[in-house]
Amino acid sequence: MITAVRKPMEEIIACVEPYDRILLVGCNECVSVCSAGGRKEVALLASALHMHFMKQGKTMDIREITLERQCDPEYVEELVTSVDGSDAILSMACGCGVQTIAARYREKPVFPAVNTTFMGASERQGVWSERCQGCGDCVLGITGGICPIARCSKRLMNGPCGGSTKGKCEIDANVDCAWQLIWDRLKALGLERRIEDIMEAKDWRTSRDGGPRKIIREDLAS
Amino acid sequence: MTDTFEPEIVAFCCHYCAYTAADMAGSKRISYPPNVKIIRVPCTGKVDAIHIMKALEKGADGVYVAGCLEGDCHFKTGNIRAAHRVRRVQSLLEEIGVEPGRVEMITMSAGMGERFAKTARDFTEKIRQLGPSPVKTAARDFRRRAVS
Repeated sequence: MITAVRKPMEEIIACVEPYDRILLVGCNECVSVCSAGGRKEVALLASALHMHFMKQGKTMDIREITLERQCDPEYVEELVTSVDGSDAILSMACGCGVQTIAARYREKPVFPAVNTTFMGASERQGVWSERCQGCGDCVLGITGGICPIARCSKRLMNGPCGGSTKGKCEIDANVDCAWQLIWDRLKALGLERRIEDIMEAKDWRTSRDGGPRKIIREDLAS
Repeated sequence: MTDTFEPEIVAFCCHYCAYTAADMAGSKRISYPPNVKIIRVPCTGKVDAIHIMKALEKGADGVYVAGCLEGDCHFKTGNIRAAHRVRRVQSLLEEIGVEPGRVEMITMSAGMGERFAKTARDFTEKIRQLGPSPVKTAARDFRRRAVS
């Protein structure tokens, strides 16, 4: 999922302060799962904003809506009746959602209420870790299902480096060395010889080096 | 102003411990301040951050969540979850300039009628010292200005 964390209230307040009517939009997808911008978080932020502005003696009209998916124009269309009654839109979705809204409702200012953080997986309740950087050329099949791009601090394709100590990374004793994990996993699979296969320099053109990426499925696109 | 100020306090009490303790206080004829309005919940784990926030937004001067003693939750970890949520609300309140002390997590067993009453008294006193909720005060002043 795409993970996110709420922005500091000070920053959110500074964005919406000049307006009287805010449309606060959550998303039922990734940000709901990582408890950053789903229905509950929308209600909590609305309540906090209400209280802040009441303290200032200002009545802020905040309308709460949580869309099924904010990164799809079909769902963003549902806001059409609510947008007119608002001066600005505050989105709790990831950057994709914020931009989909901004592209559809060009006449309204749109502000993000969360910082989109990374593509990650849930380790346990309340803990999410980065697992993928969308490099566009997946190597998980040869690294035992552990990504050296997302999980090695240096993104080494042939590790470990000299900073690996007792299975931990030199940047932080709480961070696992991805190449130690890869070694352990390959060993468990009886594939430890693979660690000696040298991976060639990665072609980063499939990643951000090739500019903004796009997928066009001819069979689906009309 | 604080001389005449009577705090309005909402207490979310779990059915198995704190609410039963309140009942015990009643059976033992131990009085506690009428400022405390009890909302019975099946477990404090049922109390979400939004419930606490809404109570404050709607005019409560203080809110406390009263659950079972640590390790004694009828649903195992409901009180631990509630304590985490209370901390989350406290930090959110701090961010918007409302005293985090207006929200608290308290634990007690079903037999602690005295503790329930003492807690109610202590918390009421604490909120009395803090004064009326800045949210409520500002909203009331704003309404007064609007009327005049």
